[in-house]
Amino acid sequence: MTRVASALFSRLVIIIPYAWLLFFFLIPFFIVFRISLSQTAVAMPPYTPVFDLFGGLSGIVEKAREFSFDNYVWLTEDVLYFNAYVSSVIIAAISTLLTLLIAYPIAYGMAKAPKTVRPTLLMLVILPFWTSFLIRVYAWIAILKPEGLLNQFLLATGVIDQPLIILNTNWAIYIGIVYSYLPFMVLPIYSSLEKMDHTLTEAALDLGCTPFTAFWRVTFPLSLAGVVAGCLLVFIPAVGEFVIPDLLGGSETLMIGKTLWNEFNANRDWPVSSAVATILLLILVLPIVYFQNAQAKADSEGR
Amino acid sequence: MKSLGSIRRSFAPWADPASKPFISVKNVTKRFGDFTAVDDLSLDIYTREFFALLGASGCGKSTLLRMLAGFEQPTSGEIILDGQSLAGIPPYRRPVNMMFQSYALFPHMTVENNIAFGLKQDGMPKADIAARVAQMLKLVKLEKFSQRKPHQLSGGQRQRVALARSLAKRPKVLLLDEPLGALDKKLREETQFELMDLQQELGLTFVVVTHDQEEAMTMADRIAVMSHGKVIQVATPAEIYEAPNSRFVADFIGDVNIFEGAVSGAEGGYVRLEGANGFPIRMASPERPAAGARSAVAVRPEKIRVSRQPPANAPVNAVQGEIWDIGYLGDMTVFHVRLKDGRVIKASSLNAVRAVEDPLGYDQEVWVSFGEDAGVVLKD
Repeated sequence: MTRVASALFSRLVIIIPYAWLLFFFLIPFFIVFRISLSQTAVAMPPYTPVFDLFGGLSGIVEKAREFSFDNYVWLTEDVLYFNAYVSSVIIAAISTLLTLLIAYPIAYGMAKAPKTVRPTLLMLVILPFWTSFLIRVYAWIAILKPEGLLNQFLLATGVIDQPLIILNTNWAIYIGIVYSYLPFMVLPIYSSLEKMDHTLTEAALDLGCTPFTAFWRVTFPLSLAGVVAGCLLVFIPAVGEFVIPDLLGGSETLMIGKTLWNEFNANRDWPVSSAVATILLLILVLPIVYFQNAQAKADSEGR
Repeated sequence: MKSLGSIRRSFAPWADPASKPFISVKNVTKRFGDFTAVDDLSLDIYTREFFALLGASGCGKSTLLRMLAGFEQPTSGEIILDGQSLAGIPPYRRPVNMMFQSYALFPHMTVENNIAFGLKQDGMPKADIAARVAQMLKLVKLEKFSQRKPHQLSGGQRQRVALARSLAKRPKVLLLDEPLGALDKKLREETQFELMDLQQELGLTFVVVTHDQEEAMTMADRIAVMSHGKVIQVATPAEIYEAPNSRFVADFIGDVNIFEGAVSGAEGGYVRLEGANGFPIRMASPERPAAGARSAVAVRPEKIRVSRQPPANAPVNAVQGEIWDIGYLGDMTVFHVRLKDGRVIKASSLNAVRAVEDPLGYDQEVWVSFGEDAGVVLKD
């Protein structure tokens, strides 16, 4: 009996993540995809066709005929969408790179810190999450605005004599994304550096590497899995980011999250915004697949 | 072709006052906080020597090796290599290479790239690197595995890659930290002899750290027995075994019976000991300790005879007891003989014939005895 029970339990354990994905990813995605194939209508819900359960199978088939890819065609006709996608990817990529440049030394320092200090450092990295994300982004407005803390400090110390215009530019977005997503980059890099055998560095030194070349030839390549994981954890949400560009970015900042929000709330065009979301997902699936391949490759290398 | 044994037998630069040591460790102390890992240690290692640092874990042998490699700096004292002080020279500028206990193979590189790592770092031309790597692969018999990654190799193969990588740069000295520690017994024994052959072939100086006395005895020209950061004895394996300079060394290397007593006299190169387990001992000794001094004699089990009849010179160097335990090891049999005072003497005898008529059995009354040159009079 216990064997049957444990077999059942191990089945159940496997089913849970699949069930989660089914209910909270696949089904919502199909609803969004289905709306993207519809047309806007002044109705409730604001699109047609709407399936009627009492219409029978023939009614459903009849209505499904109304589905079309018009909204996707529409996305290609207006250059705004293309520009928004491209600019989102560029902003996300630059932000990811900046996050990496700042996070790597932090993670390295943490991994090299004495074992007793590491839990404290780890706590400090996670600490910002204890405050609401929205409040922290608002705080940046107070820091970055022309009469904000940063400009006051720089003016007072005489570094500049004119206030810097940072708020409502792409720089404010970079700062916001780097600040908000830093822990997602630090943690995977830290975990890959922390489990690394330090005798590998010693072996590199022994074979003639200076500490710097030992880092580039041994430590960094071996932390790549963490770097890739961190980059994707930052890049993927950054592409679709809405709050940071909305609060910190300017009116001319073009990001797909903002476009989507406008289509949905200002235009009330659910089908087009669903199409925008579907394409966004497809753009992001590519790096995810790449990440999984890299991960599988790293696993097969016994790391 | 001369056998390696004959080369080895004639190799004894430490006995020649004219020869200069290749590595000189001079009064080196290494402290980690309050803990003294290496304590005012001095020793000399000669060119082409296979030198073993032997001791229990925590005796400072690995710290000494790491100081030779440059991973640790001595707190005081100096290490001289080939006439040059190593003080302040980082590991990457030392003409020594190390084979790590964990092998420390780079997991993201193939066997070939692991071996080529140091050569590439030195900027050696590509063709030369390829030639050297091929030579190294041949040396460790891994030609077919050049494109494998370390995790695709067995423990023994990894050990060979580590060896090839540390030899690829042709270091003046190869440091080996427990080189065979991770291998199983049979492979370890094979590899011991391979390492010895390799060292002779390449004419290198090897310094090996080990806690395995058999390994040290088999491979090394000389062994330094270490304890608590100090060298207790530096000598050839035979000297360490047959003429330990202290009770610690006698006890540490192999099995030993220690008989304690008071010196009652010394005549003509022999020392007499009374009071040791109730029987007098007469033992050859170059030293002449003063009468009345406490002393001890160490006798190895294989030099002790077990017999039913009293030996000719009884009761000198002979005592009665009963067989308490018998351990049959195949090549030899170990007897534990219990004396009347409860002490147990270990004796072993070679099983030279396949079947013995009327073998010694449990609880039998026997005599244990040893010759007058079978043991060592210990100084402390």
